[in-house]
Amino acid sequence: MAAIVLSKENFEAEVLNSDIPVLVDFSASWCGPCQMLAPIIEEIADEAGDFKVGKVETSEEMDLAIEYRVSSIPCLVVFKGGKEVKRSVGAIPKQAILELMK
Amino acid sequence: MIYDIIIVGAGPAGLSAGIYALRSGKSALILEAKAYGGQIINTPDIENYPGIKNISGFEFATGLYEQATSLGAEVKYEQVISIEDKGDIKIVGTEENLYECKAVILATGAKNRKLGLEKENELIGYGVSYCATCDGAFYKNKDVAVVGGGNTAIEDALFLTNYCNKVYVIHRRNQFRADPKDVDQLKEKENVEFVMNSTVEKILGDTIVEGIEVKDQNTKEKKTINVSGVFIAVGQEPDNTMFSNLVKLDDSGYIIAKEDCMTNVKGIYTAGDCRTKTVRQLTTAAADGAVAALAACSIID
Ligand SMILES: Cc1cc2nc3c(=O)[nH]c(=O)nc-3n(C[C@H](O)[C@H](O)[C@H](O)COP(=O)(O)OP(=O)(O)OC[C@H]3O[C@@H](n4cnc5c(N)ncnc54)[C@H](O)[C@@H]3O)c2cc1C
Repeated sequence: MAAIVLSKENFEAEVLNSDIPVLVDFSASWCGPCQMLAPIIEEIADEAGDFKVGKVETSEEMDLAIEYRVSSIPCLVVFKGGKEVKRSVGAIPKQAILELMK
Repeated sequence: MIYDIIIVGAGPAGLSAGIYALRSGKSALILEAKAYGGQIINTPDIENYPGIKNISGFEFATGLYEQATSLGAEVKYEQVISIEDKGDIKIVGTEENLYECKAVILATGAKNRKLGLEKENELIGYGVSYCATCDGAFYKNKDVAVVGGGNTAIEDALFLTNYCNKVYVIHRRNQFRADPKDVDQLKEKENVEFVMNSTVEKILGDTIVEGIEVKDQNTKEKKTINVSGVFIAVGQEPDNTMFSNLVKLDDSGYIIAKEDCMTNVKGIYTAGDCRTKTVRQLTTAAADGAVAALAACSIID
């Protein structure tokens, strides 16, 4: 499955009310390290079994970025049961991202 | 399997070395700790690479990566933590594996220098940033500080004046090393304040940056500046400590090597920003990659 495009409208339903953990990638098209991360995030989304993956284009969803206090991107946030449980800033390898989901 | 060449780092130097190694008919494994491309992925505009008028760092890095991998270079995402010299064979260790090869090219580059302050690491992503072009937009109408006096600091400050309410530029000397044209352009801006001869002593705030404490080096007076972001641009530094028992480093931690990219150990070469040199740029990184790879190829049958 491709990564879900998240917005203010669907964030609650897709992330906060999700039964399974959600990996959210806060990124922007202008940011190089985000572009590096994007294909890896899609790959993880395709392969994910017990969690789902969403992405927030912060240039369009600045309110969401502010609400979740994102101020450096790429920023990966893991949500479980509607709460943030882990966060990582910067481009990291696939294995390290999967490690976040454990 | 014994690789001909193992390259440590998939930045411009390491990927260039990979291209030259493969085109010389050798096998190459490139080990990368983070993401391919190295430092250059942080910049939106490259305008000084010969033959390319303008390109983003991401595109440049991806082009290099695709060129190297399409020739057959293998790239694995593992951080190298040890290298053992067994004469004709070298053993390269990562957290996960041990690899054998005939020659090693160290292309570990450089990383952002930190101020070394308490909370600096903790607050990365919560107000502390090393990439103004990535993160500037999150500080719209806010007050921020840029720390540094070189080209990157001045360019960062110029960029941030477009978004932020106010930009403080904190520099420990009374003059900038940056391009005077850029400095003049920055001085024209109404929302910039220069805090010269001053060092940052503390980053304030528990879970999010609330300000900085700066100290005037002449008067020794301290003052607090309220900002929600601190952009640190105090240059780059190498990260070769794990190889210091193998190759000679200079006082700043760079691997000692000349134009020929040879270290003091036979079969171990170095390329790019991680070696002693005066100009640390893409062209010199690519050039080193070629020189180191061809030198390595020449010692393998
Ligand atoms: C913001 C910015 C803008 C710039 N703009 C320009 C420009 O316009 N033009 C220009 O010519 N130059 C520019 N530069 C400089 C240029 O980016 C560098 O000179 C170049 O990237 C050096 O290449 P490198 O391969 O030697 O090192 P790096 O790019 O630093 O790559 C080294 C790689 O090695 C990896 N690594 C390090 N240690 C290990 C280890 N132990 N195991 C595995 N992997 C490891 C790192 O993760 C990194 O990916 C800029 C630099 C910055 C920071």
